[in-house]
Amino acid sequence: MATTHADLVAKKPRRGLVAVLMNLRESWVGMIGLAIILFWVVVALFAPIISPYDPLAIQTPFAKPGSPAPDGGVFWLGADHLGRDVLSRVAWGSRTVLIYAPLATFCAYLVGIIMGLMAGYQRGWIDILLSRVGDIILSFPVLLLYIIAIQEFGRSNLNIVIAIVFGSAPGIMRIVRGLTLDIREREYVAAAQVRGESNWYIMLTEILPNARGPLIVDACLRLGYVIITIGILGFLGLGLPPPDPEWGGMISETRAMAMIFPHMTLAPAIALSSLVLGFNLMADGLREISLKD
Amino acid sequence: MMVMTMLIVSLLLFMVMEVNIESVAIKVLGQFSTEHQRHLWLESNGYYRPGYVRYFEWLGNILQGSFGYSVVYKIEVGELLWPRLKNTGILAGLTLAVVVPLSILLGVLAGMREGSYRDRSISIISIITASVPEFCSATLIAWILVFSLHLLPGTSSFISGFSWAEMVMPVLVLVLYDFGYITRMTRASMAEVMQSQYIRTAQLKGLPFRRVIFRHALRNALIAPFTVIMLQLPWLLSGVIVTEYFFAYKGIGTLLLEAALRQDVYLLEACTMFLVAVAVGTQAISDIGYMLLNPKIRFK
Amino acid sequence: MSQDSPLLEIENLHVSYWTRAAEVPAVIDFSLTINEGDTVGLVGESGCGKSTVAMAIMNYMGANGSIKSGAIRLRGRDITQLNQNEMRILRGNEIAMIYQEPMASLNPAMTVAHQLMEVPMIHQGATADQARSASEQMLSDVHIPDPARIMASYPHQISGGQQQRVVIAMALLANPSLLLLDEPTTALDVTVEAGIVKLIREIASKYKMTQIYISHNLGLILQTCERVCVMYSGQAVEEGSISNLFSQPKHPYTHGLFNCIPLPQTDKNDAPLIPIPGQLPLPHERPTGCTYGPRCRAFKIDVCDQQGIPYEHIEETNQHVRCRRWSEIKPNDLIPDKVAMENAQIGDIVLDTKNLSKHYEVEGTSRNFSTMLGFKETVALKANQELNLSARHGETLAIVGESGCGKSTFAKVLLGLETSTSGDLTHDGVEIGRISVRERQQTQLAALQIVFQNPVDTLNPSHTVGAQVGRVLKKFGISHGKTDTREKTLELLAKVKLPDEFYYRLPRQLSGGQKQRIGIARAFAGKPTLVVADEPVSALDVSVQAAITELLMEIQREYGTTLLLISHDLSVVRYLSDRVVVMYLGKIVECGSRDEIFEPPYHPYTEALLAAAPIADLRVKKRDIILEGNLPSPLDPPKGCPFTTRCPRRIGDICDTTPPEEQISADGHRIACHIPLEELSQIDPVFAITE
Repeated sequence: MATTHADLVAKKPRRGLVAVLMNLRESWVGMIGLAIILFWVVVALFAPIISPYDPLAIQTPFAKPGSPAPDGGVFWLGADHLGRDVLSRVAWGSRTVLIYAPLATFCAYLVGIIMGLMAGYQRGWIDILLSRVGDIILSFPVLLLYIIAIQEFGRSNLNIVIAIVFGSAPGIMRIVRGLTLDIREREYVAAAQVRGESNWYIMLTEILPNARGPLIVDACLRLGYVIITIGILGFLGLGLPPPDPEWGGMISETRAMAMIFPHMTLAPAIALSSLVLGFNLMADGLREISLKD
Repeated sequence: MMVMTMLIVSLLLFMVMEVNIESVAIKVLGQFSTEHQRHLWLESNGYYRPGYVRYFEWLGNILQGSFGYSVVYKIEVGELLWPRLKNTGILAGLTLAVVVPLSILLGVLAGMREGSYRDRSISIISIITASVPEFCSATLIAWILVFSLHLLPGTSSFISGFSWAEMVMPVLVLVLYDFGYITRMTRASMAEVMQSQYIRTAQLKGLPFRRVIFRHALRNALIAPFTVIMLQLPWLLSGVIVTEYFFAYKGIGTLLLEAALRQDVYLLEACTMFLVAVAVGTQAISDIGYMLLNPKIRFK
Repeated sequence: MSQDSPLLEIENLHVSYWTRAAEVPAVIDFSLTINEGDTVGLVGESGCGKSTVAMAIMNYMGANGSIKSGAIRLRGRDITQLNQNEMRILRGNEIAMIYQEPMASLNPAMTVAHQLMEVPMIHQGATADQARSASEQMLSDVHIPDPARIMASYPHQISGGQQQRVVIAMALLANPSLLLLDEPTTALDVTVEAGIVKLIREIASKYKMTQIYISHNLGLILQTCERVCVMYSGQAVEEGSISNLFSQPKHPYTHGLFNCIPLPQTDKNDAPLIPIPGQLPLPHERPTGCTYGPRCRAFKIDVCDQQGIPYEHIEETNQHVRCRRWSEIKPNDLIPDKVAMENAQIGDIVLDTKNLSKHYEVEGTSRNFSTMLGFKETVALKANQELNLSARHGETLAIVGESGCGKSTFAKVLLGLETSTSGDLTHDGVEIGRISVRERQQTQLAALQIVFQNPVDTLNPSHTVGAQVGRVLKKFGISHGKTDTREKTLELLAKVKLPDEFYYRLPRQLSGGQKQRIGIARAFAGKPTLVVADEPVSALDVSVQAAITELLMEIQREYGTTLLLISHDLSVVRYLSDRVVVMYLGKIVECGSRDEIFEPPYHPYTEALLAAAPIADLRVKKRDIILEGNLPSPLDPPKGCPFTTRCPRRIGDICDTTPPEEQISADGHRIACHIPLEELSQIDPVFAITE
């Protein structure tokens, strides 16, 4: 053996998240999406530093953007109907969103992937049961589900996350199931079966890694949906409890006076839309790249 | 299948709402009612009977069209429901009438020549509009059209009867958000069909391009979008709820929301059952339609 | 053979594809002259550019391909200069094309009638009625029974062979001058393929059609063409008449190709295949000078690596060769020293089946009262019926049959992916037919392994080569610990002739042949006693096939493994196997030693199979046997002999009603047929080797 182990390792191809992001360079759409997302992540991380004021501090009601603040600073985006600095509220609002949306999506994925793998690979009664349940939940207008659930069980962060998991998992399950049904016909799965590998080994090691591509794209899109959902719930008054600033809530609170003071409503609206746009663009970029493979 | 789904949903709904009879009594009589009042009311309304009896009675009532009594509005639920349903029907109908032709047209144009400028611009526009949820776009559009330009009325409550002007914004908001997804699905389907071998055959047969598109490609490309459109209806309904609320449109969405927020038990149950029926119904239509459209399934 | 005016002249054609990275030349300096009425073959392996030439003639190369330079003259007119509209008129009208997968080539949402009628209506301005009758006439001209019914059908309702005939009819309807056929039979069964090949020959003679027949199979080229052009890596390397090229190939690559094919005179022990060393160069890594140079055994420095090798025309034999040394090379220079292999030791019986049956329950298609109520009716799909076969230690047993014969089902039952419905299946004395793979012992699992057909899907794309092979070693307890596993993996890689660096490669970085080698390494890692090879080489190029076949032989010899070869390719079967089992519609129709199967007495199905198999040898004369009719549905097989619906030797009603008894000729040669053995022995052999 002329080559040493070190030589072999040196030739290892790059895989995993790093590879995905490096590949993204090839799609400018994806890059723009990534940039937007990173922007908001930075804002969320450094919210305490970026915000000039305490988001809950009541100062000058209805201040216009750019107008001076009592302490000598500037309300860059103006102040809302209670006098709270809009810029600070938008910045802190990003935190809320960027904590709960990924959390809810991640949990939904855990549930959805397990159910989808089982339904798609083991078939039989598991598949029938899970598919029926999934179909039933999916045939609901999802918002309805959330509204009823939160009304009945109360408004809390945990409830919202659970409701979103409940509402999103069936969709994920359907996608994973479809991918599993396709992949299980491949010969390498048969090779694993002939080796006597256990069901879970095959599902997690042979099938799941090859479903990566479409699932990553779906994850980005779904994060977008979840962000929108959290926004809608906040807008309808069913979202995360006040007084923590939350973009949907900000819009609904200030809506009535938006005719005269649009900045209070437009700022969070644009913030939310841009973040969702970021995820959608990145999803599209990822899909473009996976097609080129 | 449809029927089973409805039954299961009704059962779950009933369980969620009425299992805890104390809370039902509180919702109906109000927070400040005494225990004794609640007890009387529960008894006179048969709440001390076993759960499954109550369920079947409720189910029977629903099927006969008797939905109970709205706590908040103090009238029969039925009286509230039908006009609201009609309004929502108008809203949804108008939206679909715009969205379906628009997305199919754009999707086909985009997918016909994949990678062209036309395709890229349509795709980008679709992504952008699908990123702006209804309540955000409503905010923006209301600001522009109502407050800045004073073109349209601010709310759509039909105070003086049906008005086209009041319909514009809700429909616009719904169309903007919904058309993106269907356009992209249509585009994907069309692009895939254009890459297929039978399209190559058609072109190598020397057929004119127009014929290739209309006779050969479309039949196959539109099968998938049809099912997608049908399955989008639950999403549309979600959007309807928000949009109606934003524009104070008197449809079933606002009714539902109010019922939920104000704990109006029977109203909520009835609205829910209706919306679910619509969603399930469209799914069934989608399945049947797919079977009819796809010759591989229709002709074994 | 005529001295007519040329119909098509391709001169110095250069075609390239433009990717983001760079220009990729697909066809380089290609020249070919086709005379009116000739069928010219274009042969080569994948990546040689033969399909690109066809697409260039049609000027249909997709968004990023185009003709860089050169001319294509159709009756003197350079068609590369036409605009899209003029080209469109030409397509289908003057030049028509037929391709590989007929199912994919037909529009699934349009009836056959619709698709056929378009052609005369668009190109000849026919009315609907005229078009309809012309189409029906053409369908019967291509020998489709019951044309009216087919006209009203959708493509998915008719069989593969019928679909291809429809495609051919569609191409012929506009009365083209030139017909391009791109691997038209690749997706079809052998016996169906024979029918299509006969049809193609008929078209050539009946319509005096000029045809270009593209294939990788030299046997098919021999049957259909008068002249042939061999392509390698985008260039034409040799061209000539069939008789010249097949008897005395001038270019080393052509020579090498013939040595890779398991022709009747090869033998796995005495006259093994000689694979072509090295690999096809990537399109952007072509060597200077002769593209084939690095792999050529007659390569001479400073002669063969100089740029600008001319495409010489040899006057006497009307041939072309692209080789500087063709006149000096003697055939023996190209063949390495023969290493005769010794016969493998064949031992006791390791695999035995008794009346093994496997039925699947599938949804019936009948509609009656109970199905309307929602009750599902199930019908038994008799995939395997009462199989009796055996295999010995170290032996190669081939299972031959076409699609639907049940050979894959048998493999699945053997490996435990399915369980048998009735009967016994014993391996090493242990009954395993009823034990699914979940319940088998580790030792049993390690002893029975499989090499798959499709190299693309045989390896998990997300794991490295080393990880996948190592997993098998660890699972079967052959290695313990990380270092040990790595070492043993590298040993296995060396055994399948792959360098160490492949350890960390991902499957997408490997070629088809390399993936198949890993598949073999993986199968043999657990030191199995029996390996099922399910069409192990049919998805590979000819030269790669030879290399993998030889590798398989070598490893089998070393490990003393019993090899169960499943194949439809009779040449490979003849080359590799010791004993053969022929299956049809779930039953065994004949079984015996290799020599017994390939000589009379034959079962009529075996006879037809042998007659259908293309052989690339001029000296072999085959009888012509074409099977009429379709394969019956496995849901409703004939009550008697399964072959009765298509058998050319059917003797009467007894074939329909009574399953035939097995007749045993000497030492284990069994034929299931009603025709008495003496009569079958009198039949002329299918092959005759003339000198």
